[in-house]
Amino acid sequence: MNILVLLKQVPDTTEMKIDKEKGTLIREGVPTITNPDDLAGMEVALRLKDQYGAKVTAVTMGPPQAENMLRELYAMGADDAVLLTDRKFSGADTWATSNTLAAYIKQVDFDLIIAGRQAIDGDTAQVGPQTAEKLGLPQISYIDDVLEFSKEKIVVKKALENNYEVLECPLPCVITTLSTIAKPRYMRVMGISHAFEKDVTIKTFDDLNIDPAIIGLKGSPTKVKKTFTKEVHSNSDILNLDGKASARKVAEILMDMNFIGK
Amino acid sequence: MNIAEYKDIYVFCEERENKIHDSSLELLGEAVRLVNDRPSLNYKVVGVVIGDHSDELARIAGHYGADKVIFLHNEKLKHYSTEIYTELFMDVIKNDKPDIILIPATVLGRDLAPRIAARCDTGLTADATKLDFDPENKESALLYVTRPAFGGNLFGTIINETKRPQMTTIRPGVMEPIHKDTSREFQFDKREVSIDHIDDKVRLIEVLQRDNMAVDITKADIILSGGRGIGDNFHVLEECAKMIGAEVGASRGAVDKGFIGKDHQVGQTGKTVRPKVYIACGISGAVQHLAGMEKSDYIIAINKDPEAAIFSVANIGLVGDALEILPLLTEEIKIYRERPY
Repeated sequence: MNILVLLKQVPDTTEMKIDKEKGTLIREGVPTITNPDDLAGMEVALRLKDQYGAKVTAVTMGPPQAENMLRELYAMGADDAVLLTDRKFSGADTWATSNTLAAYIKQVDFDLIIAGRQAIDGDTAQVGPQTAEKLGLPQISYIDDVLEFSKEKIVVKKALENNYEVLECPLPCVITTLSTIAKPRYMRVMGISHAFEKDVTIKTFDDLNIDPAIIGLKGSPTKVKKTFTKEVHSNSDILNLDGKASARKVAEILMDMNFIGK
Repeated sequence: MNIAEYKDIYVFCEERENKIHDSSLELLGEAVRLVNDRPSLNYKVVGVVIGDHSDELARIAGHYGADKVIFLHNEKLKHYSTEIYTELFMDVIKNDKPDIILIPATVLGRDLAPRIAARCDTGLTADATKLDFDPENKESALLYVTRPAFGGNLFGTIINETKRPQMTTIRPGVMEPIHKDTSREFQFDKREVSIDHIDDKVRLIEVLQRDNMAVDITKADIILSGGRGIGDNFHVLEECAKMIGAEVGASRGAVDKGFIGKDHQVGQTGKTVRPKVYIACGISGAVQHLAGMEKSDYIIAINKDPEAAIFSVANIGLVGDALEILPLLTEEIKIYRERPY
């Protein structure tokens, strides 16, 4: 069994700083992380590997420094890691990204593709389904649990707004995972030393049999016309009290609003 | 591609519990606003309903602003299917040539929209919060789609000049529906569609209800919300919430770290809430979180960092450690409730 996990290295959006004058992001000094939904997807793949035996390959498209993320995934237990990197790939929207990922995936053997539902920088949830479409594979998105797995099929629990659906799909297929599906394991000590011995497979434009008109910034149908930030105005009363006085303050507010009866 | 052949605004109408879901009614309202803003285009609002539903259900789209309702009907189409809906919608795109397609950014919409967009090789913008026609050219039908990115820290306006249809999903709860008017005139175009030729590999085995423990924080009067600063100590919030009659909310940071379930998440990618009191504990106040709670009637923020952005939207800010203050608050309320008089 071959499982491909699609992941993205993203800036930690909780640490993001904004240049309010220019309406752009300040990228310097912002730590990067493996996108949480994707990391949970990696954990699912590793659990399937532990239970049923499988080869798990991490695949990402990104700048050369995304190799750091792939090394961490080796340390978690990935068997192989592939970085699609080329200046021609950069600036891609979700459609162009999916074309690039699909062009690589068409060259390799796989039974299951796991992608995180969405990335925290763009929050689009589009690359998983669009890649599935470009590969002509069925998809199940928003997966909260894997209930059954075999050579022939997968049975999963999909989380909707008000309920769950149990869905079955023959392999190969694409599933997209929520971050709540599985808590990622820690890197293993053995893994960390292995991580630096193993090679990351690098694929550039010349390695993929792909039309340059459908990739990167130039190939992207959607363009960013402008970016801007939202102003937040302050009108608050900020108090420096000790713990007890702070607690009393909150209690008084709630009592004044009649939330606390006898 | 001859862009001039494409016209009108099509709205995918999602059915839920035998009604057209609010998120779709909002899009019909927004589409009406857009066409009225640019009468020179002479665009129509077209609602697209798919399934085994009654005509009455499909007609609701007309009562909420559609000039035309396309109802793709098949008795066997009892559940949503990615492949069948994509194929049926593709037939509409080939046949009717919509310029703009709006799809609600629900779980269903976010499954369907990328599949359709990839199949017809057009651009798709996700989770839009604002739509306008090109403000620089009064004759243009180019859609300016504004959406938050980078966790709501930044907003981007996205355009698609080269491909048609222009597709976007739209965040539920942002746009306004128009008033229901059952006397509105509209064209009703019911099409009996065949689905036998469509190879749908995904099979629905069963629908599971969420257990009763699943919370709906959007209905709470008080929300006691925790961020990454709370760490693995959400039980402290839960005890306090029980005492003051609150529901527990959380920031994305806390949910992503697995400290608490996704049902509790407030913010751009979680739920939008407006309780009477919102108590933010150990939440730094990323714009993405503020977007989901800034309309609360009264906001109390507790954070160790006096510079935390959360203080900028709070009515009252307390600089301190929520993990110290909350147990004291629980104790305070407990003593109050147990007072002898």
